Amino acid sequence: MIYYAASILLILIGMYAVLVKKNIIKIVIGLSIIDSGVHLLFIAIGYVKDATAPIYSRPGLEAGQMVDPVPQALVLTAIVIGLAVTAVALSLVIRLYDHHKTLNINRIRKLKW
Amino acid sequence: MRKVIAVLLLGIFGYYIFALFVNVPFGVRHDNVGQHYLEHSVQETGAVNIVTAIVVSHRGFDTLGEVTVLFLAATGLGAILYDKKGKKRRLQNASLIVKVASKLIYPLIILLGAYVFVHGHLTPGGGFQGGAIIATGVLLMFISYRRFETNHNALSWVESLAGMTFVTIGLAGLIWGTSFLQNILPLGTPNTLLSAGVIPLIYIAVGFKVGAELTALLDNMLKTIK
Repeated sequence: MIYYAASILLILIGMYAVLVKKNIIKIVIGLSIIDSGVHLLFIAIGYVKDATAPIYSRPGLEAGQMVDPVPQALVLTAIVIGLAVTAVALSLVIRLYDHHKTLNINRIRKLKW
Repeated sequence: MRKVIAVLLLGIFGYYIFALFVNVPFGVRHDNVGQHYLEHSVQETGAVNIVTAIVVSHRGFDTLGEVTVLFLAATGLGAILYDKKGKKRRLQNASLIVKVASKLIYPLIILLGAYVFVHGHLTPGGGFQGGAIIATGVLLMFISYRRFETNHNALSWVESLAGMTFVTIGLAGLIWGTSFLQNILPLGTPNTLLSAGVIPLIYIAVGFKVGAELTALLDNMLKTIK
C-alpha cells in the first residue's frame, strides 16, 4: 500500500512543479516526474508478494511464482512515449529560448496563467 | 498565494486518487488476462520472456503504433530545430583520459546494445532498451570528440529500412497466415536464441530503428548548443 502512496506522492510532486515553477526546464522535469510516478503506480498494481520477473529463465518456474506481466508491458510502452514527449518538449524549449532569450515563463508574454 | 492554491488543489486531487487505489489490493494476484498470458504464452509464442511476448506478439500492433510515435517525435524534433545554415556542435574536446576511455568503451557499449536487442525474447530487455543503449554509446562519443560525426543519410536509411521490415513482417503474417503480424515462422524450442518465430526479427528491426532515431535526435539537440 505504501507503494501506491509513494507513487501518487511522486505524481503530486511533479504536478506541483508544473503548476508553480517559473523555469520551463523545471516544468519539463515536472512532466518527467509525473511520468515516473505513473509508471511506478502501474508496476505496484501488478506486483505480487514474493514473486519474480515474468521470464521462464530457469526450469521449475511456474506461472504462480511470477508477477503480472501486463502492467510491465504497458509501462514499457509508456516509457518510450514519455521519452518522445520529453524530447519534443525540450526542443520547443530550445526554440523558445532562442526567440525570447529567457526561460522564465513570466517574461514570455501571452504564456501567463 | 499561487503556491497555496496549488497545494490545496493537489491535496484534493491526491486524496481522491488515493481513495480510488485503496480499494485495489496490493501484492495479491489479480484474476485477469495476465494469468492467461503467464500460463499459455510460451506455448503460443515461443518466447520465455512474457513481457516481450505481450509487447511484440499479443500487442504487436500497439508496438507498431509506439514505433510510429517515436518516429514522429524524432521527425518533429528535427523540424522544430531545423536551421538553414548547417550547424556544428560547439562542445569542447574532453580531456585525454575521457577520450581514450570512451574510445575503448564505445564498441563495447554498441555490443551490449546489440546483445540486449537480439536476446529480447530470452532475457530482460528488447529492441527499445537495446536501441537506447546504443544511443548512449554514441552520446559518449559526441561529448568526448568534437569532430565525431554521424552520417545522417545512413541513419535515415537504417531507420526507414527497419520500419519497413517491421511492416513487411506484419504483412507476411497477413499473406501466409490469418492476421496482421501473425507468427508465420516455426516456434522452435523455448529458451534458445533461434526460437519464438518472428519476435527476434521484429525486435532486431526495432532495435536498429530506435538506435538510429535516438542518435539522430541527440545529434540534432547537441548541434543547437551555442
